[in-house]
Amino acid sequence: MQKSLLLGVEAIAQGAIDGGMSGVYAYPGTPSTEITEYIQHSKQAKELNIHSDWAANEKTAMESALGMSYAGKRAMVCMKHVGLNVAADCFMNAAITGANGGMLIVVADDPSMHSSQNEQDSRVYGKFAMMPVLEPSNQQEAYDMARFGFELSEAFEIPVLMRITTRLAHSRAGVARSAEVMVQNELKLPEDKVQFVLLPAIARKRYKKLLSNQEKFEAASEDSAYNAYTDAADKSMGIIACGLGYNYLMENYPDGDCPYPVVKISQYPIPRTMIKKITGECSKVLVLEEGYPVIEEILKGYLEKEAVIGRLDGTLSRDGELTPDMVGRALGFKIEESLEIPDIVAARPPALCVGCSHIDVYKALNEVIAEYGEGRVFADIGCYTLGALPPFNAINSCVDMGASITMAKGAADAGLIPSVAVIGDSTFTHSGMTGLLDAVNEKTPITVIISDNESISMTGGQKSSAKGKLESICEGLGVEKEHIHVLLPVPKKHDEIKEIFRKEFEYKGVSVIIPRRVCVQKNVRDQKIKKASMAKAAKA
Amino acid sequence: MVIAGVGGQGILSIAAALGSAALDNDLYMKQAETHGMSQRGGDVQSFMRISDKPIYSDLIPKGGADIILSVEPMEALRYLPYLKKGGYVVTNSTPFINITDYPEQEKLEATIKALPNYVLIDADRIAKEEVGSARAFNFVMLGAASPFIDVPFEYLEEGIRKIFARKGEEVVDMNIKALHAGRKFSQENR
Repeated sequence: MQKSLLLGVEAIAQGAIDGGMSGVYAYPGTPSTEITEYIQHSKQAKELNIHSDWAANEKTAMESALGMSYAGKRAMVCMKHVGLNVAADCFMNAAITGANGGMLIVVADDPSMHSSQNEQDSRVYGKFAMMPVLEPSNQQEAYDMARFGFELSEAFEIPVLMRITTRLAHSRAGVARSAEVMVQNELKLPEDKVQFVLLPAIARKRYKKLLSNQEKFEAASEDSAYNAYTDAADKSMGIIACGLGYNYLMENYPDGDCPYPVVKISQYPIPRTMIKKITGECSKVLVLEEGYPVIEEILKGYLEKEAVIGRLDGTLSRDGELTPDMVGRALGFKIEESLEIPDIVAARPPALCVGCSHIDVYKALNEVIAEYGEGRVFADIGCYTLGALPPFNAINSCVDMGASITMAKGAADAGLIPSVAVIGDSTFTHSGMTGLLDAVNEKTPITVIISDNESISMTGGQKSSAKGKLESICEGLGVEKEHIHVLLPVPKKHDEIKEIFRKEFEYKGVSVIIPRRVCVQKNVRDQKIKKASMAKAAKA
Repeated sequence: MVIAGVGGQGILSIAAALGSAALDNDLYMKQAETHGMSQRGGDVQSFMRISDKPIYSDLIPKGGADIILSVEPMEALRYLPYLKKGGYVVTNSTPFINITDYPEQEKLEATIKALPNYVLIDADRIAKEEVGSARAFNFVMLGAASPFIDVPFEYLEEGIRKIFARKGEEVVDMNIKALHAGRKFSQENR
């Protein structure tokens, strides 16, 4: 059968479409963004009328997916790992309500922090919520597991978490598609009318059900086609390899001749029988996990059993993603000496694009901030975070989505006046609005700069929920009209921008300044699309 | 093979043509790439693996790459730890300078020329003058690497045809012309 060349994220998207999904909900975040983009661009998804518009944030996305599941249909929600923190309120409780239509929660972790603030391991969240977790080890499993995840979710009436990491998300391989496309579920309300009503009396019952279901989840892991015990003669060591860890193990035995017994794990909870067998038969166990030492810690325990090796004892690095070399060394292979990077190679950090509107904002901001003293600019998550690097060195914080406004508020409460927040348009509607309301309610002397480039740029120019709404949102939240300014961030307006910054820094209340100019990358893409459609029209 | 460059230079089209070539000829392939923050003018790379046997790892082990194909000269050197003994470095000579501490051109060239196996090619010039389109420089580079890629040359032509089919014959022909121009240079200057 002809295979399709798909990224891991695209394989999940296609698997979900072929698996009878009725809607995907998501907020963009590397490395998860392309799951939803693939569905948005899929002709098949359009014909099947699958919902795929972006949500304002991960929490609204997950709640919408839960609503679709309530109505009996299959729903998927996608996010990056830190997005799950935003959605955690819904996530934890969705394990208690359970699902009606299949619900698949796809979370893309970013070990080594290629594009992130931390490298938290979402499997920990899975265990926290006591939900089944799937961790595909390759693109084909990613495709197959999307459908399988819906089936598992419906069989046990619980949302299922699929955890992937950067390397699978953004690596392409041939994927064989299933011949059969599943038909979407009909609208069907839950049989138990109070299943989703988490009043304490009901929640207690639901929680007991979740607890009693754990055995079933574990049995499913034991029987899963994605978990396997492969025996071998040399019992001096056994290997437990999770997700991508399995690939790096096998990379070191290209002919498939690993001399040690291996447990491959791609479905959780951990298959206890397999683990008992390998730990019982082998003198020691090496645990290969892409992310936190989750299984390793369970096996090693507080008593630090010496027969368990991995990330905790230094056999593997405690942080960062696994690599084939790192695993090779842990297996006792000598890594061949190769050339070193010559000294003349300079670091090439990412930078704001030539002509970017954020540059004009930071140039003006830096000059005005110098008049007040440094250390008072709280920024946020987006391209403008690059303002932390030279030549700007313009910002003093970047913590989580929306934290710019509330950190500026807290600093102002402490007496750091003026305090300034720099936030993007989409980040503002993601998690900045509620913080602005706090500041308005207390008339906190802060200046909020919403650097509006009319798109979610860092992740590739997705549609911003804020488009065309910023002034009315701010006004609605109670910011005084005369302290809301919209301006054009271009070099020739430099002095004018500075003047407005200066004036509003002096105001002892909440000010919002909106420098607005479309992202240069988005502009190029939009022009291309416009040109193409004009050419098409001319041809017609 | 490590394909290297700077975010925005379009190295992924090289990977796409190769990937399509591999898949259509029943070869196994895996190709890991950089998305996200680094795409803003940072260093980006794609790990391309093609085999007639199943491939496990998406990442190339250190000392495991047969070829480093770089569309930018300094970036070629960044991945030397991945190069196999006896492997080839095929790199464009036109620098992409978006940092203040970019090395001196002469030192950079001398370092490349000290490597045991290299092809240093001005793909930008060849694309402009010989092919007639500056944008085709990526496929001049793939052509320059082609003598060292153990995949039939026709497969690469087919790959280009496939990924550019939607854009019309003119674009296909231009990129195939670029592929040939790069290959010719490499055969004469290896």
